[in-house]
Amino acid sequence: MSELVVNNVSMIFDTPDGGTVEALRDLSFNLKQGELLSILGPSGCGKSTLLNIIAGFLAPTAGTVHMDSRELHGPGADRGMVFQQGALFEWLSVAENIGFGLTMQGRPKHEIRQTVNHLLETVGLRDFGNKAVYELSGGMQQRVALARCLANDPDIILMDEPLGALDALTREKMQGLVLKLWKETGKTIILITHSVEEALFLGEKLFVMAPRPGRIHKEYSLPFAEAGLTQDPREIRASTAFVEKREEILSMIWEMEEQIMGTAEV
Amino acid sequence: MTFIERLKERVGISASGLEKRKTVTFGDAAAVADGRFWSMMSVLTLAMAWYVGSALGWVNPIFWPSPASVWDQFISISGEGYRNFSLWEHVWASLYRILVGFSLGCLIGIPLGFAMGLSKVVRGCFDPIVEFFRPIPPLAFIPLVIIWSGIGERSKILLLFFAALWIMVIAARAGVGSVKLSKIHAAYSLGASKKQILWHVILPNSLPEIFTGMRVAMGVCWGTVVAAELVAAESGVGYMIMVASKFLSTDIVVLGVIIVGLIGYGIDILMRKLEAKLIPWKGKA
Repeated sequence: MSELVVNNVSMIFDTPDGGTVEALRDLSFNLKQGELLSILGPSGCGKSTLLNIIAGFLAPTAGTVHMDSRELHGPGADRGMVFQQGALFEWLSVAENIGFGLTMQGRPKHEIRQTVNHLLETVGLRDFGNKAVYELSGGMQQRVALARCLANDPDIILMDEPLGALDALTREKMQGLVLKLWKETGKTIILITHSVEEALFLGEKLFVMAPRPGRIHKEYSLPFAEAGLTQDPREIRASTAFVEKREEILSMIWEMEEQIMGTAEV
Repeated sequence: MTFIERLKERVGISASGLEKRKTVTFGDAAAVADGRFWSMMSVLTLAMAWYVGSALGWVNPIFWPSPASVWDQFISISGEGYRNFSLWEHVWASLYRILVGFSLGCLIGIPLGFAMGLSKVVRGCFDPIVEFFRPIPPLAFIPLVIIWSGIGERSKILLLFFAALWIMVIAARAGVGSVKLSKIHAAYSLGASKKQILWHVILPNSLPEIFTGMRVAMGVCWGTVVAAELVAAESGVGYMIMVASKFLSTDIVVLGVIIVGLIGYGIDILMRKLEAKLIPWKGKA
């Protein structure tokens, strides 16, 4: 059982014009094994910065990130990443992409093949192993990205707007897949998104972040992800509880945007 | 249907499918992509003009020879050779210089370009040098390389090495720069080491840029070798042209020029075929 602990993390950096930006101020939370957290917020609220700090691509100016009792410095195979798009390796086949992590770790070939075949099945790409990734549609490419991440059996999966570039229909399908993988693998997942619906549907926990300085504005515990495992997702999205939450969060974000931009002239 | 359309259909190269129904073709690159018909026509017309023009005696053969005399020279030189070397030895002499000079340029240029793309120190140190030498035409170094190493093979190879080097450095540097950061991040979080990322991510990712650089470098090398042989050499296609011009043997000069053109064209086609085979993902990422 691994637990992610984010402790008083702050991030301040200089801008080229001599000012400073407080991307994150004093952020703390912890995430138990198997929790599904989605993070939502207007652009500039520091959600990507936070994810990059947890992934180990950025070092915070203050505070620490622990996995269990181990303090994290730099990236590692214990934290898998799924990016928006274009992070697959075009020179490798679908199967080779999925097996990349295991290959780099020098695992035996038959073991890699076994894992890859199993994952191709899991993400619904059984007959696509030998295809080139650029031959696949955007949704299929993201399936490969999910499988590639899972092949490494990470403790936690970090998703940086993984479905952001997909069309609405594919996006709904993929949300179902993320829920299914979450249930089947029991992985801890942090998902960053711009979509309020997605954040509600794919978050047991939901942080709404606010900018200047970047901070957690409001925290929710939500039933929709759990419900989505058994019920029809479309019904959940249409339910009164879901719609009320959605409107509440939407107006919250609108308010933040207006504070930044001044009242919008429409 | 116009005459041309009927003709195109006859040769089996008329537009197909949706292309036929496009109402806007001006400015649509796809609509003008297939010009094979017109290529055939233009080559045929040029050949005809040359043949008819010289048959009717429009130009003095000293200035421009007839196709027949060029052909005769081709037969005779490929049989008997010219100036102690057969035609193929002349061609091979030029190609050999290119292959060696170009390969050396790649061998040094690609790793240097990579180092410049990966290290601030290396980049800082070499940027001014590369940017200074890059715009200098390689031919400007001919006097210097002749002083250094005479008119033999070494001077030519050195010159071609110089010609290819800067192009390859810049291509490799651009290749490294083209890697999407998310690919690097993905590789790190999949547990890859720095060395593995270099070999399995940065290198393959930069192949399209490197290949484009190779095509450009090959073209420049071919032009440079011929020009260098015109100045000073003992064999090669350029040498053949230079000697023939001293004897006013225009037919050999033109033969040489045609050979230069055909080989240059051939090299580029070869490189493009190779590119399509080795880097099928180019432009699709």
